Amino acid sequence: MEPRIAVWDAVKSRPLRFLISCWPWRCWAYLLSGTVLGALTLLVLYALIAFGVVLSVVGVGLLILAVAAVFGIPVAAMERRRLRLVEPTPVPDPHRTLPRTGPWYWLRSRLRERATWRELGYTAVFCLVFTATGIGFAALLAFSCLLLAAPVIVAAVAPDTVMLIPGEPVSGPVAALPAAAVGLLGLVVCAYAGGLLAGLQARTAWFLLAARDEDLSSRVMELTRSRARLADAFEAERRRIERDLHDGAQQQLVALTMTLGLAEMELQGSDSGAAELVRRARAEARQALGQLRDLVRGIHPQVLTDHGLAAAVEEIASRSPVPVTVDIDLPHRLPAPVETMAYFAVTEALTNAAKHGGATHIGIVGSLKDGRLTLLITDDGQGGADPTAGTGLQGLADRVAILKGRLVLSSPVGGPTQLRVEVPCSV
Amino acid sequence: MLRVVLAEDSVLLRAGLVELLTRGGHEVIAAVGDAEALACAVDDDCPDLVVTDVRMPPDYDDQGLKAALDLRTRHPGLAVLVLSQYVATAYATQLLSGGTGTGGLGYLLKDRVGEVSQFLTDLRRIAAGETVVDPEVVRVLLARQTADHPLRRLTPREREVLALMAEGLNNQTIAHRLSVTEAAVVKHASNIFAKLDLDPTDGNRRVLAVLAHLRNDSTPY
Repeated sequence: MEPRIAVWDAVKSRPLRFLISCWPWRCWAYLLSGTVLGALTLLVLYALIAFGVVLSVVGVGLLILAVAAVFGIPVAAMERRRLRLVEPTPVPDPHRTLPRTGPWYWLRSRLRERATWRELGYTAVFCLVFTATGIGFAALLAFSCLLLAAPVIVAAVAPDTVMLIPGEPVSGPVAALPAAAVGLLGLVVCAYAGGLLAGLQARTAWFLLAARDEDLSSRVMELTRSRARLADAFEAERRRIERDLHDGAQQQLVALTMTLGLAEMELQGSDSGAAELVRRARAEARQALGQLRDLVRGIHPQVLTDHGLAAAVEEIASRSPVPVTVDIDLPHRLPAPVETMAYFAVTEALTNAAKHGGATHIGIVGSLKDGRLTLLITDDGQGGADPTAGTGLQGLADRVAILKGRLVLSSPVGGPTQLRVEVPCSV
Repeated sequence: MLRVVLAEDSVLLRAGLVELLTRGGHEVIAAVGDAEALACAVDDDCPDLVVTDVRMPPDYDDQGLKAALDLRTRHPGLAVLVLSQYVATAYATQLLSGGTGTGGLGYLLKDRVGEVSQFLTDLRRIAAGETVVDPEVVRVLLARQTADHPLRRLTPREREVLALMAEGLNNQTIAHRLSVTEAAVVKHASNIFAKLDLDPTDGNRRVLAVLAHLRNDSTPY
């Protein structure tokens, strides 16, 4: 994504106006500062390489050479900033953020990045080519300024004679006016040449310093991976909560109903009101247990872990208030994240169909083809489902997206509503 | 009096079950906390009945259930009661169709232990070789009716009888529960068998046939 070079655009759109705009000044500042910095960079780079080569026999030199290899990074960082003088669009940094710190880790990771080597290449071009052309340009600019100032200089140094051209003394400030005109012409040339040069350098900088698709794609991969990690952590947390409820609260409630049952048995035949109270307490404890069981099932159904998707879907289908036909035919168990996602897709669809759709029948069809799970949930409700209205479908879409799958909802007003989920299952 | 081996990983529940069984007049010869210890205890002591939780350490999946199936295969006459936290027909199916044992078989929700006297009755029935399936599981199986399912052909009364039959009750008990004569139950039963194309053999086979049919499972076992 290279931008149009702003300075060239400025020249092209208004060639004369360009001269009196701030552009020539900006270009000159860019080129001249580049020349000075390029010369300094050349010095440092030369020193690094020279020391590195000389000392490589004792080992330390190799380290110095490695430092020389990453020397392009600070230079590039400086250049990306300096480019702002002539280029309003900032150049994106191609380096990825490192998850860890430490000088060795940093050096190793950076040496592996292509961007580092492109930046080293830029540094070479910068300190050799840019500096050389910069010096030539600076000379032209300085000479033009000098000529432009010729009348003033002549007036200032009088009565001594000034020779602008060797052997031909200038008689006075007025005689120096043609020279001043040449100087002015030189400045005009400098303005356009500066624009051309600055544009060329900006172009080179964009080509070598900006992030490319390959850098960006690795960053996107990193992002997807971290999303998947987050989803896994979330899933692990769900399971932990489920286990805690199962092993803690549920067992205690079962033990409580049992103790109450024993108490009830002991009280049998006695005509105090205690027997009735105990019976009531047991009924309440059983109700609490039922609610807790539903809650746990909503968090993560154990039958999904033990028996897989088809069995788990059968289970929820059998509890659905709306009749459900299930036809899920899978040759083998799917990866756990896919099973969990598919299960929640079904729960979400069943809830929606029963709550909003007014459906009288729901069909669930699942199959695995070419390593892709396709899940089709159709209801004969009134349709018109709006994915943006609730959080349920959005959350489901997020889950599907993490697994690189897709979710298609078709719900015309009047029905039928069909939810189609496709997920790749390669492990 | 039954000699019982108990496997339950929750200490609290284990202690409670031991107390309940003892008060019920049975002897708990071993109360263990994982599937491996369960297998050892049964191999050593040859109990009349095994009561086990579905979920067991170390992995907390269905290891208790698998252990029970193994034990039934190794000790053909052994009666097994599996307690489950969930109304999972998948577990019930796995239990009822797996293993080659001939002993009694039970699949009950953990809540049932609260109804102490009923629970103790169920235990005795299982030990006597009957099949006891949790009414909740039966209800779920019965509720699963598709348009072309033969269950639709049954009258409401026949469905009631079928549900009780699937729980493992005999005609006499069903007649008692529904306050009708035993002859009426027999008539309902033969109607049901005719409508569902079932082989009306008695006892365990009757329950298993009914359950197999409810699961839409055409392969008999």
